[in-house]
Amino acid sequence: MSNQSSVEIQTEWDIVAARQLGRNVAKELGFGTVDQARITTAISELARNIYLYAGQGKIEIQRLTENGINGILIIAADNGPGIPDVRKVMEDGFSTSGGLGAGLPGVKRLMDDFKIETTLGEGTDIRATKWLR
Amino acid sequence: MVQKIGSQYKEILNQYMQRQSEQNLYVGQNFSRQLISENTSPEDVISMHKAAMQELYEDMPETVWHSFDFLIEMMINYGLALQERQSLLQKQEELRMEMDLAANVQETLLSTTMPSLEGLDIGLLSVPLRKMNGDYIYFISDEEGRAGIAVADVIGKGLPAALCMSMVKFGMDSLNDSMSFPREVLSTINRIVEKSVDDFMFVSMFYGRYEAESGVLTYGSAGHEPAMLYRAETGEFEELTVKGLLLGVSPMATYEEKEVKLNKDDMVVIMTDGVTEGRTAEGFIDRQVINELILRKKDEPAQTIVQYVYDELVRMQNAELSDDFTLVIYKKV
Repeated sequence: MSNQSSVEIQTEWDIVAARQLGRNVAKELGFGTVDQARITTAISELARNIYLYAGQGKIEIQRLTENGINGILIIAADNGPGIPDVRKVMEDGFSTSGGLGAGLPGVKRLMDDFKIETTLGEGTDIRATKWLR
Repeated sequence: MVQKIGSQYKEILNQYMQRQSEQNLYVGQNFSRQLISENTSPEDVISMHKAAMQELYEDMPETVWHSFDFLIEMMINYGLALQERQSLLQKQEELRMEMDLAANVQETLLSTTMPSLEGLDIGLLSVPLRKMNGDYIYFISDEEGRAGIAVADVIGKGLPAALCMSMVKFGMDSLNDSMSFPREVLSTINRIVEKSVDDFMFVSMFYGRYEAESGVLTYGSAGHEPAMLYRAETGEFEELTVKGLLLGVSPMATYEEKEVKLNKDDMVVIMTDGVTEGRTAEGFIDRQVINELILRKKDEPAQTIVQYVYDELVRMQNAELSDDFTLVIYKKV
């Protein structure tokens, strides 16, 4: 099992590598098949956003333990253009109606906790956590 | 909870595997309804199916189990689409409630008091197509038996039209003079509308000033559907045509006015295009149809006539209006 905890996103194939990393960690932590699929889909979505809108960035996977509960943290960070209207991209129907996939609201739904920080011209940092229940 | 649902599912599935009857499928259908009401996502259903199969038929080839994992992966986005739909439905409901509130506010805001004038029977009805009304009736009257009526129609429907109409109302309020003649009223409101509304919003308006003592109606129109005059003496209708540009087109617009003296049982019919532009299977409802409807009830009170015309037009259009509907009848008694 690889010890690598982050994947640089530059090409579309890096999305697959990020998924693989996330799935391995999720499996090791004991997430069931359905939750593994949810976590992986969230990673996929975040990595794809980096690939499409920022050009390049990084997906980092961390193991968490809080009050005896294990969890997985996905960090998606890029130095891209940033998101001009975060409220809009977090709105249901905004990305799905354009056929862009689950979008950030989808990631938020797939995970337990979701935080986004974005600055125009500087980049975006998204952190999403799922706890093992 | 999840375990309980899982074992119920396994039981239902097992029944079906024993015997592929319609009865067992029906039980399954009912169960799926329960799952939906509990917001169970499709990927969870497949996972449950896989677990049940593993317990019932443990010696299946590995490929079968892999195929279920693949299917779970496939279903994640469907599950998200379902959740998104539920959240959008909730938002729609919130919007609906907001619109209801706005419609109430509008009703209060735009409410007007029908004047009571010696020798004049007034009937009126204004029905919005959607929740918000883009048509508007405004009355102003004084102790000396003078009354002004404005009937306005915003080109457009719904919320934008209703917002625009509030402005017309405040314009009328600021005039606040039942003595005013149509040409003054129309050019004042025109300037207000022209200044405050964007280029795509136009308002048509009929203004009538009535004097009970003389029975004279002075009228003007800003591109509004012509009013009709019914002469009891001849039993004929004539159009009250008068020149004037829609409100909001040009600040320089001027408005013509004419007058007509009403005799006993004469009627003036003021309407918006929602009345005349109705459609039936046979084509447009023309003025002839409306005139005939009015004639059938001409001896009734004005309100009865108005209600009758509305009911009949709705019936002719299979209960489907295509625009806000406003109809006012002045009947000299």
